[in-house]
Amino acid sequence: MYLIVLEQTLFRMSKFSEVAIVNKKEIANKVFVIEFKREFDFNPGQIIGITMSPDDKPRLYSICSGNNDKHISILFNVKEDGKLTPPLAAANIGDKIWITKVHGKFVFNNELAWWIATGTGIAPFHSMFKSGQNPLKLIQGGRLKSDMYFSDEFKAMNDYVRCASQDTGDGLFEGRLTKYLNELEDIPTNINYYLCGSTNMVMDVRNLLITRGVGFDKVITEIYF
Amino acid sequence: MSKENLFGKTLNELKDICSELKLPGFTAKQISEWLYKKEISTIDEMTNISKKNRELLSVGFQVGLIPSIKVDESTDGTKKYLFPAKGKNFIETAMIPDKDRKTICVSSQVGCKMGCLFCMTARQGFQNNLTAGEIVNQYRSIDEFQDISNIVYMGMGEPFDNLDEVLKSIEILTADWGYAMSPRRITVSTIGIIPAMKTFLENSEAHLAVSMHTPFDEERKALMPVESVYALKDVVNEIKSFDFGLQRRVSFEYIMFKGVNDTPAHVDELVKLLKGVRCRINLIRFHPIPDSTLVGSDDQTILKFKETLNDKGILTTIRASRGEDIFAACGLLSTKELVKSQEEDY
Repeated sequence: MYLIVLEQTLFRMSKFSEVAIVNKKEIANKVFVIEFKREFDFNPGQIIGITMSPDDKPRLYSICSGNNDKHISILFNVKEDGKLTPPLAAANIGDKIWITKVHGKFVFNNELAWWIATGTGIAPFHSMFKSGQNPLKLIQGGRLKSDMYFSDEFKAMNDYVRCASQDTGDGLFEGRLTKYLNELEDIPTNINYYLCGSTNMVMDVRNLLITRGVGFDKVITEIYF
Repeated sequence: MSKENLFGKTLNELKDICSELKLPGFTAKQISEWLYKKEISTIDEMTNISKKNRELLSVGFQVGLIPSIKVDESTDGTKKYLFPAKGKNFIETAMIPDKDRKTICVSSQVGCKMGCLFCMTARQGFQNNLTAGEIVNQYRSIDEFQDISNIVYMGMGEPFDNLDEVLKSIEILTADWGYAMSPRRITVSTIGIIPAMKTFLENSEAHLAVSMHTPFDEERKALMPVESVYALKDVVNEIKSFDFGLQRRVSFEYIMFKGVNDTPAHVDELVKLLKGVRCRINLIRFHPIPDSTLVGSDDQTILKFKETLNDKGILTTIRASRGEDIFAACGLLSTKELVKSQEEDY
């Protein structure tokens, strides 16, 4: 029995690292950024598994911080019926969480590209931007202005478009980002498109781009599941 | 108050229910036999349980079988069943007869989150996970129920995105107290969600099929977004490290797209990637979906691809196309029937 317990403990330890939360901020209603100590390198756009207990299955999150930042951060919204996000949102600085190794290949190849995101799907692009990478254009979508996370930082970009389906003013494009794309006269077909967000958004935008002549091999997607 | 379904409960779950209702310990086994070994549809038909206990059970529970609402039949005998699911949604189940067997292709989710470029179900987006009861019901509630020889989890949805219910459904299908089917007659297909695949391999005896569709990373990323999260090479490495024994099979599904993944370079890369893996590649003709730029490879190319792979030592077969006249490939029927009650705002 002791050996089995020891084996299970060693297995868990090999899968996870224990880290302390060093910062937590609610950046919008029920949307949080938490930071923890950085113990490894990563490529912007990669993901990490997070859990509050090594006995639970980790949930995957895109890293939100730049690869020169001192800490690793992730962006999440609280799902009321979720097992992880309510306690994670309630956690305090100094509390321990468990993280997996980083993995994933949603990485920017520095070729000409547009980045398109909704909701917390902006996280990998924030990481890329903070790491010194830049797209030709960033299109961020959401219902309200407050859904445009990190917009103050992105405003430094040459071409940054915020599409709000239920908000107006402050330079917002009024309507979904699919409406914005549909209204563009020209959609370049010789660049890459990086999409991150809900399945529905990614599917709609990918279909729209392909319909407008963009090759399917130029559309790089990440879907949350 | 809506009643909870008994159909789809495991023996342990039935024991918990009986214990809560203070029914005799042996009642759970009796219920499982009525549910999974006899063709009853109401609690009142469970005649070896006392009337008083049946009434007690009926207060909060029902058997919960769900009949199909539509059946299309192909000229080749393939049938496609449409079942209602939660929230005005629908799921599809295909029954494919062959010489000496009948295979049923079950759905594990309403819609799918995975967004594969060539998949009609992906166009629906994701609506819900199916319960184990809703999965097993697809087997139990079709006309050919008694004659089904094989079950494949290749319908709508990604089974490993709903692993707990999928494992529970396999338990019901294979346990002595359930349908007592051999796990070797069950195949679960995945796009390669590695942690769930490991759990499945360790907790089930059913066969594994992996949707590959190309051995090249960047190409697979464009066809299947999951490649950005779980790379095919890591999926194959995980499979290489697992002991499948002599009876358990692993296969790779490969839909052939003209000019995309059907070249000699793909053959060479497949041979490199699968070196040392005892497996089979199943080549699949692409059934075009509306507004897709992808086109299926021609028969000659598919045959040549198969022969070259076989010559290079990888067992390769071509899946016979069935039910094309009723769009047996999943998603088309339910997408048409889907009532979108509210659109997502983004």
